[in-house]
Amino acid sequence: MNITVRLFATFRFGRFASATRQYPPQTRISEIIRELQIPDTEISMIMLNGRHADPEQCLCEGDSIALFPVVAGG
Amino acid sequence: MNKILRVNMTTLTTGTEAVPKEWAALGGRALTSTIVAKEVIPTCHPLGENNKLIFAPGLLSGTTAVNSGRLSAGAKSPLTGTIKESNAGGLAAQMFGRLRIKALIIEGLPKGNAWYSLHVSNNGVTIAEEKELIGKGNFAVVEALENRIGKKVGVITIGPAGEMKMLSANISVKDVDSKLRSHGRGGLGAVMGSKRIKFISIDDSGAPGIKPVDPEKFTASARIFAKAIMEHPGTGQGLPTFGTAEMVNLVNEAGGLPTRNFSLGRYEGHEKISGETLRETMIERGGNPSHGCQPGCIIKCSQVYVDKKGKYITSGFEYETIEILGANAGLGNLDQIAVADSIMDDIGVDSIETSIAIGVAMEAGVLPFDDGEGVLRLLREDIGKGTPLGRIIGSGAGHVGKVFGVTRVPVVKNQAIPAYDPRAIKGIGITYATSTMGADHTMGYAVATNLMGVGGGIVDPLKKDGQVELSRHLQIVTVMLDSIGLCLFIGFPAADIPTCVPALVDMLNACFGFELTPEWIGGLGVNTLKTERAFNLAAGFTNKDDRLPEFFREPLPPHNAVWDFTDEEIDEFWNF
Repeated sequence: MNITVRLFATFRFGRFASATRQYPPQTRISEIIRELQIPDTEISMIMLNGRHADPEQCLCEGDSIALFPVVAGG
Repeated sequence: MNKILRVNMTTLTTGTEAVPKEWAALGGRALTSTIVAKEVIPTCHPLGENNKLIFAPGLLSGTTAVNSGRLSAGAKSPLTGTIKESNAGGLAAQMFGRLRIKALIIEGLPKGNAWYSLHVSNNGVTIAEEKELIGKGNFAVVEALENRIGKKVGVITIGPAGEMKMLSANISVKDVDSKLRSHGRGGLGAVMGSKRIKFISIDDSGAPGIKPVDPEKFTASARIFAKAIMEHPGTGQGLPTFGTAEMVNLVNEAGGLPTRNFSLGRYEGHEKISGETLRETMIERGGNPSHGCQPGCIIKCSQVYVDKKGKYITSGFEYETIEILGANAGLGNLDQIAVADSIMDDIGVDSIETSIAIGVAMEAGVLPFDDGEGVLRLLREDIGKGTPLGRIIGSGAGHVGKVFGVTRVPVVKNQAIPAYDPRAIKGIGITYATSTMGADHTMGYAVATNLMGVGGGIVDPLKKDGQVELSRHLQIVTVMLDSIGLCLFIGFPAADIPTCVPALVDMLNACFGFELTPEWIGGLGVNTLKTERAFNLAAGFTNKDDRLPEFFREPLPPHNAVWDFTDEEIDEFWNF
């Protein structure tokens, strides 16, 4: 299935900003995080189609996930 | 010895007073709000003779503690009619701290049309008539005073907007690079202008400095505090690397990025104005993507933005300004936004209030959304020169809405809502509604918990559950940050790193010989919030003023989120 993976801030370093990639059915968000070698402790926000998601959530064809480290604005 | 400096602009006299015992453990916001509540008539006209303008450094400002150099300015706000505290970085707080000045209180109004300046030194404060710099922008004031008094002079100044008593006028503070940091919110520049004070110069030569009562304990706890800041991924990595503009992509993803005057929650051009793009642009052009607003800052979330030829445009280029002009006004162009930021610094207007007012003016058809050149012209030619249109926009978003008959006007207590839509990030909506200062994200920054789980896990931004409690907790803790002179982002390690808050309390005790416990923080927050609230009630505000505008009941794409709190649910905030 096609999943769009978008990375932000430091997660882009040495990786990519946005990519649509092929994954087998039933892939979990945590498997993609592991594949990208992002330590769990660095992730502050996982969004699935614009809403907060659990890393153990299974993905469906056409889903879009976004991964963020801790950032702040003022 | 600590002292209070008092200036009476009616009689043009000055004096030095001892610090009352009950003010000894107060600083920054806790002190300015205590003084305003005690000495200012709540129903007074904010630009009249009964209002007072108070500057107070944080409790630790002037010590070697990192990130402790914020200066609080307080008064009754001409924009909101409420009590107001607005704090800024720059050099002045640390100079006041080293001079052992607990507060500078400016009261009364001069008769006649003369303008004045104040000079603060180890000998106290003096008043002088000022002619040369009237009408000048803030950058020119700093440059002229460095020539007149010396390179090291501290400066607190108002631009033409403050002289014209515009309700969006800010007060600017010289920083370490001779550029500016601002007491942005609430129109305090108009209060300074009403007192006909163009600038305050500061000379801290011969200052006694602050010698901790227990230097060893102070140094040890200051180290623990600094370590906590560096250990937190937000203050140790995210902010230094990308600055606050990093929030653009994150808030966009969450569907709460105010776009085209709060009509949408996502902006199609978000990458063009993101922290990632800002950083790449600054590295490519030779700007500085990591820069502190005060000496002793170890977070360095600020940056120096340069043009394609490497020439300085602006610094202190923040998420709020970038988002509101970039997405909410649709400019989508960092170079144009940077020029606008610099003009706003120079003429002396709050970049949040002014940028939101421009968004409302765009909805009214005064100029099209996306019209960057139009925005620059409006700032330079209209607001800067005080044309009738400039005065309307310089009066803030609420007034623009009234003058042009717009119903989508994002204000609470007449102060512009900053760059987070409260429908999609509900915790910050409770802060906007209930803050004693009008809409202000810095009064209880629930965004960090709503979106990123700072402080013990995510509180779902799209649901009402837990938001009132979250905002209340954050508003209480924020009083502590604002009173010690700490930057808002110390809230991150304070929430997540267990050693941070005890180290802060240890520093205060070791420095001043206090016997404070961590419970003191909650007490300070509760007392200060209640003092501020009592002032507002006496000024005529009620719980019905703790409401968001009606248009937030309209669904916000992409989540079609609405503001769905009942009056009773919001009023529960004050049940403590």
